[in-house]
Amino acid sequence: MAKGKMGSSVKHDVIAAEDVITSELTRGERALDLVWRSWLFIFLLGLIVFFWSQTPANSFLTGSNFKLIALNTSEVILLAIGETFVIVTAGIDLSIGGILLIAGTCGGKVMLALSGTHAQVQMGLYPHATTAICVGIAVCIVMGTAWGLVNGLLITLLKLPPFIVTLGTLGITFGLSDLISGGTNFFAPVPPSFTDKIGNGTFLGLYVPIWIAIFFLIVAHIVYHHLRFGRYTAAVGSNEEGARRTGIAVNRQIVKVYALAGFLAGSAAVLDLAIFTNISRASHSSDNLNAIGAVVIGGTSLFGGVGTIIGSAIGAFIPTIAQNGLVIMNVPSFWQEVLVGVTIIFAVYLDQVRRRRSSK
Amino acid sequence: MLELRGISKHFGAVQALTEVDFEVYPGEVVALVGDNGAGKSTLVKCVAGTHAPDDGKIVFEGREVKIASPSDATHLGIETVYQDLALCDNLDVVQNMFLGRERVQRLIPLAVEPLSEIEMEKQALDVLKSLRVTTIDSVRTKVVSLSGGQRQSVAISKAVMWNSKVVLLDEPTAALGVAQTEQVLALIAQLREQGLGVVVISHNLAEVLDVADRIVVLRLGRRAATFERGEATPDDVVAAITGARMLKIGGNR
Ligand SMILES: Nc1ncnc2c1ncn2[C@@H]1O[C@H](COP(=O)(O)OP(=O)(O)OP(=O)(O)O)[C@@H](O)[C@H]1O
Ligand SMILES: [Mg+2]
Repeated sequence: MAKGKMGSSVKHDVIAAEDVITSELTRGERALDLVWRSWLFIFLLGLIVFFWSQTPANSFLTGSNFKLIALNTSEVILLAIGETFVIVTAGIDLSIGGILLIAGTCGGKVMLALSGTHAQVQMGLYPHATTAICVGIAVCIVMGTAWGLVNGLLITLLKLPPFIVTLGTLGITFGLSDLISGGTNFFAPVPPSFTDKIGNGTFLGLYVPIWIAIFFLIVAHIVYHHLRFGRYTAAVGSNEEGARRTGIAVNRQIVKVYALAGFLAGSAAVLDLAIFTNISRASHSSDNLNAIGAVVIGGTSLFGGVGTIIGSAIGAFIPTIAQNGLVIMNVPSFWQEVLVGVTIIFAVYLDQVRRRRSSK
Repeated sequence: MLELRGISKHFGAVQALTEVDFEVYPGEVVALVGDNGAGKSTLVKCVAGTHAPDDGKIVFEGREVKIASPSDATHLGIETVYQDLALCDNLDVVQNMFLGRERVQRLIPLAVEPLSEIEMEKQALDVLKSLRVTTIDSVRTKVVSLSGGQRQSVAISKAVMWNSKVVLLDEPTAALGVAQTEQVLALIAQLREQGLGVVVISHNLAEVLDVADRIVVLRLGRRAATFERGEATPDDVVAAITGARMLKIGGNR
């Protein structure tokens, strides 16, 4: 084999060939491609312009409001990262909202229980706050990962559709969370130092949770595009049987991906406790919608094999910007769910049109 | 080099293979022929580790081996190009060729090992070039947008780039045009030159008679006949495939 001989011509070959390919597309296809690639930006921009024009001056389009939007998006980003990996395997995880809730409920309870006696905590004293916070965080993350693992094992060992398994664990986790919490808020907020340092803490002008989300985004991007984990995830979603025949441990990969989604839901629960000091079912009923919305709006295909982390991160801003803008407009924020729902359907339709085009 | 003894396999009530013996030697091209549903693909999958045979032995290089998974087969040096589902549509040519055997940099061994994309791309180009696969414009094209012939070229290149000893090709030319078929046949001859054992499944008798050193006929899951090179006429082979004149050929195993 002529090894090393063609080193310098590699890049050139590739670029030249790509030129050929793009020039072969018809004008219509190229326009469609452009729309598909950039509609998310156009849509996001449109949303921002709309709210800017519909709200009083200096209310929506301000630095502090965007800091707030970023803060509220941090949890959605974590959930959307996990959901991206899952959807790239051609699966779906409908349980991440429930996993977040049960992880947060257990983590919060443990945090309060370890902070001091019931009476101390009720009076706002948290003598053992630091230990309590650390153990509470660990509980959230272990709990989330464990539920993700359960999802993955049920899907692969019992060969059940992900849709059904995760719908089941959604019900289980929501129900168990209410049983654990008695359906009410905690008797006291989580230790204030936790909220001060993480939930309300800022670093370089942004809240800590969004920095945490950015950190996870960078790691996820590298894992997805530059490590075998991401490659195998895409291979499984693209052609499960083919991947298996190539020698990839397909089932193990699927279990890992659902465990990852659970881990990220547990991490989101940590942020949730830090930001809101409490956790309740009502505020997590649309987590799944928001996360799945972010992922499919961001360009990840429900058919598996194709996705981007960055797209999901951008998509994650749509529900939170909508929520924020509608509240400032004094419109019932329930419209947010309607808007996200409509956008999801549109995004999936667009994906389907594109697939039909490219495989004809 | 590779020897199967008494392989049986059933799917529910369907007896796909009944006590099939089969062998391939280094530097030999064996054609496996038979009607649709004769069990050819099933036999190949038993060797490739996708199906577990119900019964029988696999002997490789003089030792009895267990092939329980595709990676067992590849570790032994047995590579398979499947009739269907060979490649991942949404991955590009390089990603497919290295799938499951990616080149990585050991940044933090076992934890962070980034893929060496450039190295893989170079090597993929080298392999395609050495096999004279010239129809693929860019190795970064996703497989979904390749033609059937281009896909088959990629799938075969993928199988032979790992110092494999035995290559199993399930209908490698089924979807190809004339020129591409010629290329694949030339490629098969080249693999034989390199001392590999090659098993080719094909429905095209002219092609089989042209390239094969030996022809093994499967019929209804049993080995029905064997022909050495030059020994068979197309009529004989057809007769063995369809079961006409079974008696005469039956003793020819
Ligand atoms: N996964 C499976 N499940 C059930 N039955 C199967 C399976 N795979 C093959 N069979 C059956 O086993 C028999 C042999 O099939 P096989 O695919 O090996 O035939 P073949 O010789 O490759 O045919 P063709 O020339 O059409 O590719 C057929 O009756 C088929 O229906
Ligand atoms: Mg077949």
